[in-house]
Amino acid sequence: MSANHQPAFQLTNASLSYGQAQVLQHIHLTIHDGEKVALLGPSGAGKSSLLNLLYQQRADRCALCPQDNGLVDILSAYHNIFMGGLDRHSTPASLWNLVRPLKRARTAIEAIATQLGLGTELWKSVDRLSGGQRQRVALGRALFRKKDIFLGDEPVSALDPIQAETLMQHVLSQHATAVVCLHSPVLALALFDRVVVMKAGSIELDQPTRQLTLADLNSNYITDVPADRTALVLPEKSSVVSSPEACVTGKIQR
Amino acid sequence: MLPALNPAHPFTVQSTARRLTGVIALLAILAAIALPWADLAMVQSEPWPELKRLATGLLLPYWDEPTILLESLGQTLAFALLAVTLSAPLGMVLALVFHCRVVRWFCAAVRSVHELFWGLLLMQVFGLSATTGLLAILIPYTGVFAKVFAETLALQDKTPARSISLKPGFTSQLALWSYTRIPQALPALLSYTRYRFECALRSSAILGFIGLPTLGFHLETAFKQGLYGQAGALLWAFLILIGTLRYWLQPRLIPVYLIAAVWLLPETIGFSNSGYLWQFVSRDIWPTPLLNGDLAGTVNWASRMWQEQAWPGLVQTVLLTQLALFLTLVITLVVYPMASKVVAGRLNARIGHFLLLVMRSTPEMMLAFVFMLLFGPSGLPAVLALAIHNSGLIGYLVARNSDADQRHRLDDPAGIARYAYLETPRQLPSLLAWLFYRWEVMLRESAIMGVLGITTLGFYIDSAFEEIRYDRAFFLILVTVALTVVVDGCSRWLRNKAGVESAGG
Repeated sequence: MSANHQPAFQLTNASLSYGQAQVLQHIHLTIHDGEKVALLGPSGAGKSSLLNLLYQQRADRCALCPQDNGLVDILSAYHNIFMGGLDRHSTPASLWNLVRPLKRARTAIEAIATQLGLGTELWKSVDRLSGGQRQRVALGRALFRKKDIFLGDEPVSALDPIQAETLMQHVLSQHATAVVCLHSPVLALALFDRVVVMKAGSIELDQPTRQLTLADLNSNYITDVPADRTALVLPEKSSVVSSPEACVTGKIQR
Repeated sequence: MLPALNPAHPFTVQSTARRLTGVIALLAILAAIALPWADLAMVQSEPWPELKRLATGLLLPYWDEPTILLESLGQTLAFALLAVTLSAPLGMVLALVFHCRVVRWFCAAVRSVHELFWGLLLMQVFGLSATTGLLAILIPYTGVFAKVFAETLALQDKTPARSISLKPGFTSQLALWSYTRIPQALPALLSYTRYRFECALRSSAILGFIGLPTLGFHLETAFKQGLYGQAGALLWAFLILIGTLRYWLQPRLIPVYLIAAVWLLPETIGFSNSGYLWQFVSRDIWPTPLLNGDLAGTVNWASRMWQEQAWPGLVQTVLLTQLALFLTLVITLVVYPMASKVVAGRLNARIGHFLLLVMRSTPEMMLAFVFMLLFGPSGLPAVLALAIHNSGLIGYLVARNSDADQRHRLDDPAGIARYAYLETPRQLPSLLAWLFYRWEVMLRESAIMGVLGITTLGFYIDSAFEEIRYDRAFFLILVTVALTVVVDGCSRWLRNKAGVESAGG
């Protein structure tokens, strides 16, 4: 990589706090174009905050897929996916699309939906879809943004491991660069080039995948929890991280 | 918002947006059917000079006699405060026995007669007196309080009550509730009472339209004399009173206010004859053939009343309500984004909130009265007034909900796209729920607007009172009650059908 090449993201000594709570502390992180980075770490470690920080740095190049997927319940899956392309359509066209789907958008979105396994659900409103289907819709919206960087916050957490891997692979193939929060080290090792592990607002480990084994990751971060655990429920992040220990105990007590 | 048809299965409704749009389309069709039949003629062909004078008056209010202004404000307040202070506890007592069917029916009956009709009825017995004004608000509000309190109490957690042993009987039931459900529900009960007090202020103000010395009386006088500056002063005083409610309605000051209210109540004007009550109830409100036991004559009388007054009045009432209902929906969709911070921005939203405050604080009757001066007596002023008042109310609730919504994403769209794709679809279920809740209210209001000369049911009722034909007035009031009950049922059915019940507030 040439010396004057601008990295996709660069954070130097970045910190973030909500009121008293320190959410991120002294983060140094550089991500280059073409890298596929997996973010691991217990809930409340600051992964989502880091992702938001990255998004703000390159909002024009990023497709975001946040954890609470921000779907509009009464609109169909089609319209929820179309929302990813609102900035590419004029206001009259966007408004007309609510009445009659635009022909080109419809073709494109039908293709995306088929790849995501949503073909038959496209015209149902998303309040009638299951958690996994809603996650696919959120992924569809990210794909329809047609950006070269994908920022995902646990985007496949509600899917079974095999579907999760297939869909994650598809999403990664559609974006040159990706930073994705995951809770599965297995998925991180299988699909990503680089793993960043976070703990209590700091980066604990940052290494290329090929130098890592599942045992490394488990000893580093989730020795006490099975690798495929689905959820570690903690309250809202702004209220959680009053002290870093709180997270650690929260994790262990599970 | 309009959702797209599913091109593959155009006739299966799998989208909530589509189902809600179906409900909206139904409302639009009903309004379209109503349009050619409703009496919407603009009698005054040149409203603009008058409108200009009116606008000048509103912008440059003046008042020569501050004592009269203060006195009418004080009396408006006094009626509202005393009526709510008495009707809330009465409603509470009725709420405790609300499981009894007779109580439920009684409450439904008293609350479906509008305050103004109660006023007109009571005036025949008690004259233009404090008693009339007080009872006119107190009676229907007791019915409303009973229903809402009973519903609120029923929603409370029942576990605390199970841990208490009981002797049988009503008093021990009362003791049980005073220790469990009532304290549990207290915040909700108090906040509702507070809201009702605001409604009572409006009710009290418009009682002036039938002659009580509250704000409406002076407003009507000022308008009729073309003293728009004075009318403006009254309107602004009223808006300020309601806008600053949360500052001056302090629990500690209420005893002081109550004493002042009793002192402020107007003296009785004209006659007050409680002994007449029995004759009124037993004879005057019943048609002569019925009192004579002439069944055929009664049927004949009723069918003539039905054909000549009840039916035409009923039709106009319903037509105007349907038009107002749809127009309310349209105006709400236009005004709520103006007051929503996430759509309009923080600064613009303040202006929007002020607009909505003016719209919802001005009683429908006052708006209708103003529009009638401009457009002449037809259904048009009624429709406009109902739509403006109600969309101000619903728009405020929708804007508040949309600002309270925490589901933000960093990449949420802005402006019109946000309005059309995010806020409106998210708020539509509760918007429709509120609209249907207001339906019944709008019907009552549209009926009462007849008092102003619009040919809804209220017109015939008012005329019957003027002609001292109480039997006719009573018959027509019963028709109004029946209509309210039917629409209430329809509204509940539609809310279920649209699946918006859960979103209502």
